[in-house]
Amino acid sequence: MNGIPMEHGLLLSAVLFVLGLVGVLVRRNLIMILMSLEVMLNATGLAFIVAGARWGEADGQIMFLLILTLAAAEVGVGLGLALQIFRRFHTLDADSLNGMKG
Amino acid sequence: MKAIELLGWVPLFPFLGFLILVLAGERLSKPLIAWVGVGSVAASALLVALIGVEFLNGTMEPYRLVLGSWMEVDDLSIPVGFYLDALSVTMLFVVTGVGFLIHVYAAGFMEDDLGYARFFAYMNLFVSAMLVLVLADNLVLLYLGWEGVGLGSYLLIGFWYEDPNNGYAARKAFVMTRVGDTALLVGLFLLFTQLHTFDIQLLMLRATSQWTSGSLLPVAAAALLLGGALGKSAQLPLQSWLPDAMAGPTPVSALIHAATMVTAGVYLIARTHALFIMAPSVQFVVAVMGATTLLMAGCSALVQTDIKRILAYSTISQIGYMFLALGVGAWSSAIFHLLTHAFFKALLFLAAGAVIFCFHHEHNIFKMGGLRKAMPLAFWSFVIGSAALSALPFTSGFYSKHEILLAVFDASPGLWTAGCLGAIITGIYSFRLVFVVFFGRECPGIKARVGWQMSVPLILLGALALLGGMLKIPLDSVFPVVFNHDHTFDLVSVITVLAPFVGLLIAVLFYLTGTFSAQRLAGYGLANQLRIFCFNGWGIDALYGAFVVRPFKAIAKLNKNDAVDGIYVAIALLSRVGYSRVSASQTGRIRWYASSVALGAVVIIAIGWLS
Repeated sequence: MNGIPMEHGLLLSAVLFVLGLVGVLVRRNLIMILMSLEVMLNATGLAFIVAGARWGEADGQIMFLLILTLAAAEVGVGLGLALQIFRRFHTLDADSLNGMKG
Repeated sequence: MKAIELLGWVPLFPFLGFLILVLAGERLSKPLIAWVGVGSVAASALLVALIGVEFLNGTMEPYRLVLGSWMEVDDLSIPVGFYLDALSVTMLFVVTGVGFLIHVYAAGFMEDDLGYARFFAYMNLFVSAMLVLVLADNLVLLYLGWEGVGLGSYLLIGFWYEDPNNGYAARKAFVMTRVGDTALLVGLFLLFTQLHTFDIQLLMLRATSQWTSGSLLPVAAAALLLGGALGKSAQLPLQSWLPDAMAGPTPVSALIHAATMVTAGVYLIARTHALFIMAPSVQFVVAVMGATTLLMAGCSALVQTDIKRILAYSTISQIGYMFLALGVGAWSSAIFHLLTHAFFKALLFLAAGAVIFCFHHEHNIFKMGGLRKAMPLAFWSFVIGSAALSALPFTSGFYSKHEILLAVFDASPGLWTAGCLGAIITGIYSFRLVFVVFFGRECPGIKARVGWQMSVPLILLGALALLGGMLKIPLDSVFPVVFNHDHTFDLVSVITVLAPFVGLLIAVLFYLTGTFSAQRLAGYGLANQLRIFCFNGWGIDALYGAFVVRPFKAIAKLNKNDAVDGIYVAIALLSRVGYSRVSASQTGRIRWYASSVALGAVVIIAIGWLS
């Protein structure tokens, strides 16, 4: 397990996180936003795994299990909402769903 | 049980009457309203008679009754306490006795009025407040009564509120007396901060023991109290509200603006005389103000044509005599004149009310005439009242005014001259009124109908005005005796006695025989100017108009948009602009929110990184 230096793992995780964030910010389709969110969650999960491996602790993997559960719940709820939104508004464009404008 | 222990009921009876009338109001039948309104004052008068007899036959030791505590804060304690001495007994007799007769009269006079219950409610409130004023043992309770009578006066002057002019008159009286009241209030604060008590007797004791005569503190305190007295008693320079106050019903003028409230200032100064003795300069001002006022008001009374305004100016002038007496230290003479003045001026006002009542509410004396035959009762009331007013010998006014003038001569011959001149003027205007209204060409169109409620008080007050001089209220237990008059038959005394006769003679020549004509006298330019000047009360109103009212209005106009309000407008504007800015950031777009969260995270991390 010690073949890969921690910096590489963390760098990959950071790149994934930024990619996810950019996806959330630039995509307008709700499904794509949800997918980008998954990418961001997995990026943090990867950071935990890398850190856990670096110090030889199980905590990182436990945190990843937690994040996995969170992501599953998030996708469940998020997709459900997306389905309802599509049924009601016949669109998944996040920008046109701005009924909560102040 | 002794009657004196029931002292607390004296102001309470009229107050209960007020409560009943104000709560039950017009639902009661008219006779019942009259019974409650007059009966409550009658009960007080009866109680005062019992208390007075008991007090005057006893040792005349001051009696103090504490009903309870009004407020207790730290070392300040103000009880609801009444103090009875010879001075308050005298005032009680005036307020309840004369007040009762006027209430009886009013029951007849106001019979056709729609606001019958309202009228008696206000009258009872007034009497109650006046009784609190004269009985109070501390200055704060006195001030409560003082403001209470001011309120009663305001309500009753503006009683016929449909006419806006009556409302103006009421407001004028209220505002002008309030100027004096404010001075009084400041005086109260000064006395309390310096002497740490509001109890009048204790206050006088501490003032005489802690302060030196003529030093700044007693002078300032006395001057402030004097300010209150000047306003309430319609003395120069705050006198111009009283003639306008005649807008109220005539019984009100008789009760409030002749017999009781306007003499409250005299009572206040007499009550705190120890303080005024400590401030000789202020006491001298009291005398000078009194002398000036009595001359000015007398001159104004000479040229008025409204029967009630003549009497109003005459009231101002007679209170001027009382102030003159107070100013030279003739305390008991001042109170004696207050007593007799209450009798004869109430009589004159009530008789004038009867004339007005029978003359279809006509006030102009030159539209009346020859009423002698048609209204004998009013005629004789007027003759007796005018004789007492101008102090013809053996009437009540003679005794009191003679006493005052002799005391004034001992103090200052100059002021005595003014007083004698005033006596001549008094003689002229009072008999001018009698001659013009009751003699000469008879005017038709009188509905001569005066019920017993109106005639009985006239007869009783007539008797009091004639014989009231025999009353001797022993005030020596309250006031220091300063003068002993030894002018039994010297020139001063003779001149003092003769002065009103000169006035009477002038009035006869001008208005009865017609030897001289006032019209011809007024025909010349300068004389006419002088007449108009006096008619308008020496231009005092114009002076106030130019120096107070107009600048006030100008400032009000200048500040029409209210500079202080600008601050609050600015606050409202700021929050409204802030709201629109912040709500604009609420776009409803999920990507916008996500990017602001990301940006916020970046900023916070950057701050954490850099620090």
